Formats: sequence, structure tokens, C-alpha cells
Amino acid sequence: MDTGLFLEKLILVVILFAISLGVAMYSTYLERKVAAWFQDRVGPDRAGPWGLLQPLADGGKMFFKEDFTPVNADKWLFIIAPGIAMFVALITSAVIPWGPNIFLFGRDIQLQVAHVDIGILFIMGFVSIGVYGIMIGGWASNNKFSLFGAIRASSQMISYELAMGIAVITIVLLTGSLDLGEIVKAQHGINWFVFKQPVAFIIFFVCALAECNRAPFDLAECESELIGGYHTEYGSMKLGFFLFAEYTNMFISSAVIAVLFFGGYNFPGMDAFTGNWLALMCVGVFFAKIVFFIFVFMWIRWTIPRFRFDQLMHLGWKRMIPIALINLLITAVVIAFMEGWFN
Amino acid sequence: MQSLTNRSKMVSNKKMSFVEKLYLPAIFGGMLITFKHLFKKHNTLKYPEQTKKFAPVYRGQHVLKRDEEGRENCTACGLCAVACPAEAITMVAGERKKGEESLYREEKYAETYEINMLRCIFCGLCEEACPKEAIFLTDRLVPSQFERNEFIMGKDRLVEDVNNRIDITARQLTGKRGEI
Repeated sequence: MDTGLFLEKLILVVILFAISLGVAMYSTYLERKVAAWFQDRVGPDRAGPWGLLQPLADGGKMFFKEDFTPVNADKWLFIIAPGIAMFVALITSAVIPWGPNIFLFGRDIQLQVAHVDIGILFIMGFVSIGVYGIMIGGWASNNKFSLFGAIRASSQMISYELAMGIAVITIVLLTGSLDLGEIVKAQHGINWFVFKQPVAFIIFFVCALAECNRAPFDLAECESELIGGYHTEYGSMKLGFFLFAEYTNMFISSAVIAVLFFGGYNFPGMDAFTGNWLALMCVGVFFAKIVFFIFVFMWIRWTIPRFRFDQLMHLGWKRMIPIALINLLITAVVIAFMEGWFN
Repeated sequence: MQSLTNRSKMVSNKKMSFVEKLYLPAIFGGMLITFKHLFKKHNTLKYPEQTKKFAPVYRGQHVLKRDEEGRENCTACGLCAVACPAEAITMVAGERKKGEESLYREEKYAETYEINMLRCIFCGLCEEACPKEAIFLTDRLVPSQFERNEFIMGKDRLVEDVNNRIDITARQLTGKRGEI
């Protein structure tokens, strides 16, 4: 095996792991700050300058709390559930193309941990596994509120994955590839898919909110009715893992939205640069897009109240899926027309 | 039906139109509102560093005043205790001995003077009843304690320090009913 390749991938994995965790960590800080700004408050500002050390303080608190397991809980499932949630949240970052190739030490380094031909399928598949963490956690807690949360989460994920998948298929039709790298390359410059497929973007975005269990679709948690939902019985770092997984999911969702609809690392005027500078700028632009979408996620959370469960199901099955299907049909017909099927 | 006030509104239960059913226009409207709040001034008072100025009529912890020569004003007449609706004030009167003229202004003084801060309702009637301008409510907060009996304040905590007088001019200007 090529040692250089192994090393390069290993370093990339470690960096990605650190970045994912770092972004998730500071998302909690940003969430509190954004909430505060929207509500004309200041937000956390005591730990360090502008409260920048707040996530560290929160993490430290999580570690020092009592690691509690309810008496009647299924112990192994109870322990493994946050692990599954965290694992699934972290693994999807492997197939995302973070930038064009970088030339270092005479090597052409790909900024993508695993170049999988079916990258988007890989992500969809793992996102669906993500519900297992929530479901098992809710089941193992042996608490009716947790179980409610878990059931809600699973039915919500199933309903919204359909519309999400159909929205992805329209993008796949446009590029003719399931490879995320190809999808990004097809959106060179400002040629982003959001301009060609605004409906698919809105559907995908709403479904991404639902998949991440973010407000207004946070019915799996909903503090006011289910007192935390699936993580009611969790404490200490197990709860920390669930929350971390949620924020990591948000990070990955933002990345996927940027890749599919906002040109990934592409930006207008990128042809003026070449080589490593281009790669660095691309990575910077990509992260700027990701941070922007994380902000939009929070913006929506602190604006819109939670949907009722029947409204959620209604929206998912009776609105999103038909609109997505019609959008897919129109896209397919237009593509067929352009390729001369009707001549 | 004739309404009793002009504030009543007719509630409508009409079906939502297609655009309303999409939720999107309403959501964008809401997001615009929250976005405007990003740039608004926050109302937070960073408490331990900044404190809010009390109104001049604020009635906080009591003080037993001394006169200009540092003698206690209180003569233990008991009018404050009589006026107190919460029965928070108790005192024991004593007679001034020879050589104590620099400590007490008149021949009679309060040997003990206690206010139970848990009973006190900070109405200020003691202040109003006092004929000697001895007791005033100030803008200080009663400190929190761990024990209930800590809240019964004796003369050691009520009488002002000779070298560290407590300013009650704001109370004298605004406090007395009928003198304004």
C-alpha cells in the first residue's frame, strides 16, 4: 500500500475530525449568541473575551456530571445510542469534497477523505442510520416521553427522507452523476444549481431541517411537551454526545446543501487563480457558505414556532412529496427535450 | 351584539388560501422581523459591573441617623414601633448616664433597637412617624443571609458609622408626605 496516500488520508481524517468537533462546539456558542441577538440580549459573555471559552466550560461541566443510568433502562442500548448518533454524524464528512486538489511535497492531494462514486447515496444512507441513535436511545431509556420522542423522530425522518431523496434526484438528473465531486465541478463559477432548481433547494432545505431535528421540526425533543424527548433520561457526556451529534449533523447538512445547491467550493471569479492559492480560497469560501447555512438554521430556529405533529406529517406527505415529484417530472421533461428526445 | 369595550375583535376561522398554506411568505416575513432585531440595541444591564440607579423614593434597608456631632438621634419614644403595620420593630429604652452626652443627643436613648427584616414590608411608616428624624429608609438592599435570625438587625447594623455617614438627602427631599 502507498504509505504517502495512507499518511495523507490519515492527516486529512484527523483534521476533519477536529474541524467537525470544533465547528459543533462553537455552533453551541453561536446558537446561544444568535438567540441572544435575536431577542435583544447579549448572550454568554463571561467565559473569556466575548464568552469565547463558553463551549469549553460547557464541555467541562458535561464531563464532571454524574453518569447516570436509569434502573429499568436497557443498559447496553442506553450506552450505545449516543455512540451511534455521534458515529453517524461524523462519518458523513468523509465523502464531502472540501476543495480542489492541493499540490504539496510533490503530491497531488485530494481534499476528500473517500472519493466514492456514489457519494450522495452514501450520505443519504448514513443519514437514515442516524435515526437509530435517537430511536435506540428513546427505547432504551424506558421512559414514555423518550419513547414518544423516538417514535416521532423515526416517523418524521421516514416521511421527510422521501421528499429529500426526490429533490436530490433532480440534481442527479442535471449532472448525470452521484459523485459529489462531479456535482461540485458541474457548478463551476456562479453556475450554481440553486438558480436552476430553486424548488428542489427549498424542499431539500426544509427536509434537512427535519432530518436534523431542528426547529420548527424539533418534535423529537420539544422541551415543552416531551421534556427533552429521546434524551430525557440522559445526562453527563452521553447527553453531550447527543447534542454534539445534532450540531455535527447541522454542520454536515450545511455542507451538503452548499455542495448540492450553492456550488460547494466554487465561487464567481475563481478562474483568476490557480494552484494552491485557488485551493485555499476554495476551502475558505466553502466554509463561509457552511457557516452561513448554520446561521440560517439558527435564524429559522429562533423565528418560527414548532409545528404540530399532524401539521408536520401533512406538510411532509401532502405538500413536499407531490411538489418534489412535479418538480422532478418537469426537470426530466426539460432535460429530455434539451437532449432531443421529442424531435 | 353590542360590545362592552372597543377592544373586542371578531375572530375569523376562514380557510387558508393556497399562498398561506405554503407557509413560506409568513416564514420569510418572520425571518425579516428577527433579522431586524440583530441590529437593535440590547437592554442587558451587566449586573455586578453595572447597577441600576434607584428611584429617589426607593425604600430599602433602614438607617438610624446620628446628628452633626455624631450623637444618636433616637430617643426610644416607640412611635415607629407603634406605626409599624408589620410589627417588625422592637426596642428597649435606657437613660443616658453622666459622661455619655457625646453618644446620645437626649436623656433617653434606645439600649436595644431591632428590626426584623423578614417582617418589615418597607412601607416607610416608621420614617414618617419619627419625630426626631432618627430613622430613615435608604437605597441600600438588605443583604441575603443563610440563617433566619441574621435578618433581625440590631443597633450594630442599623446605626450609621460616625466616619461613614449614609446619605439620605434624596429621601428628605421627596419622602415626607405633605412636605413637598
